[in-house]
This record gives sequence, structure tokens and C-alpha cells, in this order.
Amino acid sequence: MEAHTETTRQAGRLLAGATGGRRRRGDQIFSNATVIAAVTVLAILAGVAVFLIIKSVPAITANPAELPQGKTLIDYIAPLAFGTVLAAAVAVVVAVPLAVAVALFISHIAPRRLALTLAYVVDLLAAIPSIVYGLWGIFVLGPAMVPILDWLAAHLGFIPFFAGPASVTGRTMLTAGIVLAVMILPIISAVAREVFSQAPRNLEEGALALGATRWEMIRMVVLPFGRSAVVSGSMLGLGRALGETMAVTIILSVSGIVSFNLISEQNPTPIAANIALNFPESSGVQVNALIASGLVLFGITLVVNMIARLIISRANKDTE
Amino acid sequence: MTRKWWLVSAASGVLALGVAACGSSGSSSGLSGTIAGAGSSAQQAAQEAWTAKFEDQNSSATVSYDAIGSGGGRDQFIAGGSTAFAGSDSPFDSTELPKATKRCQGSGGQLVEIPDYISPIAVIYNLSGVDSLQLDPVTTAKIFRGQITTWNDPAIKADNPGVSLPSTRITPVHRSDDSGTTANFTDYLHSAAASVWTNDPDGTWPLSGGESAAQTSGMVQAVKAGDGTIGYADASQAQGLGVAKVKVGNSYVAPSAQGATNDFDQSKKDASLSQGKYVIAYTVDRTPTSSSSYPLLLVSYLMGCTKYSSDTTTKLVKAYFNYIISSAGQQDAASNAGSAPLPAGVVKEDQTAVNAIGS
Repeated sequence: MEAHTETTRQAGRLLAGATGGRRRRGDQIFSNATVIAAVTVLAILAGVAVFLIIKSVPAITANPAELPQGKTLIDYIAPLAFGTVLAAAVAVVVAVPLAVAVALFISHIAPRRLALTLAYVVDLLAAIPSIVYGLWGIFVLGPAMVPILDWLAAHLGFIPFFAGPASVTGRTMLTAGIVLAVMILPIISAVAREVFSQAPRNLEEGALALGATRWEMIRMVVLPFGRSAVVSGSMLGLGRALGETMAVTIILSVSGIVSFNLISEQNPTPIAANIALNFPESSGVQVNALIASGLVLFGITLVVNMIARLIISRANKDTE
Repeated sequence: MTRKWWLVSAASGVLALGVAACGSSGSSSGLSGTIAGAGSSAQQAAQEAWTAKFEDQNSSATVSYDAIGSGGGRDQFIAGGSTAFAGSDSPFDSTELPKATKRCQGSGGQLVEIPDYISPIAVIYNLSGVDSLQLDPVTTAKIFRGQITTWNDPAIKADNPGVSLPSTRITPVHRSDDSGTTANFTDYLHSAAASVWTNDPDGTWPLSGGESAAQTSGMVQAVKAGDGTIGYADASQAQGLGVAKVKVGNSYVAPSAQGATNDFDQSKKDASLSQGKYVIAYTVDRTPTSSSSYPLLLVSYLMGCTKYSSDTTTKLVKAYFNYIISSAGQQDAASNAGSAPLPAGVVKEDQTAVNAIGS
């Protein structure tokens, strides 16, 4: 990091020398443009937050009888927040090992040509619209999951996650989580891949020279080096999974309950899906209640990202 | 007034090619301007057909319909502004009615609320080996409440003598979004099986439990995907699935447009919600006894004013409403949305209300 900054400074001095120490007009425009861009992004974020807060107030002050289902706002949003976190957690648990494996394969195992093709294909997964994933989930993955769900219920039913009875349509939290996992896989693997491939060559070769197998080398050199990248990639993926709407709305059979059962036909409702389902027919203070749930989602995403930053900065300190 | 109505229906009857009645009765000439409506998504397919046909016949007029949902449509109508008319799966309730009336009085008019769209709802199921199914409303209510859990339950057997029913687990599917279909289905259960279905009719599914799916297409897909599933959807969307016959009196009746029309024909007006000369709200008869009636149907309403601050709007609303309730308009809705035609008696009442617009 510091070496980079030093190089940049040197380059700056060289350039300044070449142009006789004056800052060119182009530089001025460019630097102003970047400032404007940065401020705009902040302003948009602040604007969204302000909008959410202002529009939430009527729901917060409203009489519970006017709110959806006649519950208090907290009772209304809490199960939804649970559903959001559960769906995203399933997605991350499924996606992270897969994404790390894919990233390692591309960066260290596969022959170069195959690695390039595979990297391209994985990136392509990110370009598929979420509604297409949703349709795939309900037409293909859901029905295909039915026998697996039956098996899970029959053999692993003692684990609360697989308590059953298994859904006959496959439109369960597990299916939704897997689809979300496929959606966030490209983000995690792209971040991890970049960092894995920058693992110090001398350490890798040293490990191999000392008699480490390829797996031992990866475990002792590459993985520790890429740990913070995996964490930050996972958090980016988690952020996407928390807010994913369309695919979940289509796939998941929602009931608004609180349950850890991943394979039943009754599933918690994630916030984003709940908004998509109920906004079209809502009016008055019910819309405010939906926006208040959006504010909670905004808060959850913010917290997740802050935790990610914290972990990354810790990890960076450790390695230094 | 009666004479004009007679002319309208005669004209639409004669013109076999579906030329709109209002067009032929002379009001099309010189119609121009733009009106906007909002509301029920159940009416969306019908409104799309209506606006397209209407604009075809009145090339300088524009009618738009935003399917934002029934509640939103009623709210926007009350708020006034540019929303000239609304579509809603339920009539204005007792707190909305005075506000809506006030909105119309603001431009010196009266509130018009007429049923404009009815459509049979089918109980759909997917159960391998079972091609025909008959259901008593009480049994249906118990199935959707999760009190009957297997297909070979004695209650289902009693409704289906001679049919061999498997022991497959029943997976009832309901709509996860707020919908008029759910509102009418729960109203049916609430009225026809009051002892079991104790929840009030509601557009959002009142129970937790069971499988859920978004929109009609999601519902149909969910029922198709699993074995032992049962759900409810607009009858026009039920192709390829088992459709249960519903117990009416002592017989079992399959959904049909004619059955829905017959049932609505026998339904009575809701006196408390029909406050106003041109406000027509019905309580659908969910417990008919004649086997020619099919009680599981959706009824949707059209709301407008007899007078708007702009004369063009008044004229346009009148012409558009006239077309919707004409037999040509009802026919267009039937072919595009699979709806059932309004009963003649209701059309007559509707016509009286529409005639009052602009007069």
C-alpha cells in the first residue's frame, strides 16, 4: 500500500515538473468532476435515508389497528426481518465455500486457458436478471428439489432446519437460498479470485520447495492471504442477498411466520419480498408500514456493511 | 332514458362485429380528450381490452387505466385530481362513501358506483389419478384451514362417492399478495361455511400456514408443481388443472360464466353501502340453491361522478362507461379476460346510473 502511494507521489512530481509546476485546466476539471460524483453518491444515499425515515413516521405513530394484520409495527416487521436474514444467511452458507473453491480453481488449479473461460462464465452469472433466476427457480430447481427435500425430511429430520414435512412443490427457503447463492456466487468468487492470484509468489514457491503439497500450500499461503477478501466478498454478496426481491418473491412460498425449518411449505417472509407482494394493493398508512420495513432493511444492510469493514480493517492490521 | 337504453342494446345486438354501442348511438362523434382511471388489477385485462377498443372507435380520445390495486384506486378517486374513474373489487365502504360522495359534489355531481365486471373463480387442484372432484364449502374451508390434511379424509370421501382417493397429503395454496380473488374466495368460505371459516373476508390471506404463491400465474404454477395441491384462481386460468365442482344446494356445480351471471342475478343489493341515487353495491349470494348458479365469483366495480369540472371529461366518462356495460363491452371483456357477462337486470340498473352522467 505505502509503496503504491510513494510511486504515485513520484509520478505526480515528475508530471508537475514536465508541465512546469502548473496545474492544467484538465486536471482541475477532472478533480472537480470526481468530487461532484462522490458528493452526488452521498447525497443520493442520504436522500434515500431521509425519504425512508420521513415516510416511516406515519406508520410509527399510527394506531396498530390501521397497520397491516392489525399488529404493532415491531410485531409486523420483526418476523419479516427474521425472514430476510435467514434467506440471506442460507445463501451465504451455500455460496461462500462454493465461491472460494471456484476462485481457487481459477487462480491456482486450472490450466490458464480453462481458467480464463471459467472466470468469464462465472462473471456472466452476475449478468442474468433476477427475474430469470426466479423463473428458473420455480420451473426447474423447485420441482427438482422435491425428492431431495423428501430425503432430508426422512433422514435428517432431527435437525430443526430439516424438520419437514417437506414441501411438495419445492418452493422452500432452501430452494430460495440456493438460487440466491447462485446469484451472489459471482461477486464473492470475483473478489476472492483477484486476491488469491496476488498471493506472494515467493511464499507459494517456498512452501512447495519445502515439500508442501498443493493443498497445503493453498491452505498455508493463499487462504490466509485472501481471508479478508473472502470476508469482504461475502459481505457484498450478503448485501445483495438481503435486498434481492424478484427471485425470492417468485420462488418462496411465504407465510410470514418465524421458523428455522428450511424445507417446509411455510416460510418466513423476507422484507423485500413482502414489499413487492403487498405494495400493489396497499394504500394509506399501510404503504408507510411497508416503507418502515424498508427502513429496517436499509438498517440491516448498513450494519452488515459496517461489520464487513470492521472485519477487513482488523484483518489488515493482523497481516501487517 | 329508457328509450336510449333500448336503442343502445338494440344497436349492439344488431351489430354483430362488436362495434361499440356507444359509438353507434352517436356519442362517438366529436369525442376527444383524455381521462385516467386507476384501481383493481383483477380488471386489468378487461380494462386493457376496453381502453384499446374504445380508443379505436374514438380516435381522438385517450383512456388510461393504471392497475395500482383496488384500495389505491379508491383512494385516488377520493383524492380527486386527475383520476376520473376507479375500478375496485369492493364497493366504497361506509367510511369511504361520504368522502367519495363529497369528491363528486365538489364538481356539482353525484357519485356513480356500478358493478362492471364479474368473473368465476375456480377451485383448482392437482392430484394424480383423480380427474373429478366435488367439494362441499365446509370441506373446502376445512382443507384451507389445515383441518383436513389428507385426500382420503372421510369428509372428502363423502363428497365424492365412488372416487378412489389416495392418502396423499393435502397442500393448500393461497395467494401471497393482496388480491380480490382471495377477498372473494374468503367471502365465499365465510358465508357458505361460517361455522368453520370464522375469519372475516379479506384480500390478504388471514391465516398463517399452507403454501403461498404470488399472482394468479404463481398460484397456477404452484398447484401444477406439486402432487396433492389445491388452490383457487380465476376460472379462465385453470386450463390443464383439475377443477373442483362446488356444492350448491344438493348438487355440485362446475365454474362457468353462465353460472356466475345467474348467481349475481340473484344477489341482493347491500342497502347500507348503496347510499346514493347512483350507488349500486351488491352482496354476492354465496349460498344459492339452484344448480344453475355458481356462487364462487369475483365482482368488481366502476366508480365515477355524474359531473366533472371539465365537460370533456364528463362526456368521455359517460361514453366509456356506456361502452363497458354494453353487451359489446362485456363481450370484449369475456374474450380478453374470461369474465362473465353482467346479468340483464344489473345492466339495466347500471344504465340508469350511466345515463345520469352529464345530464
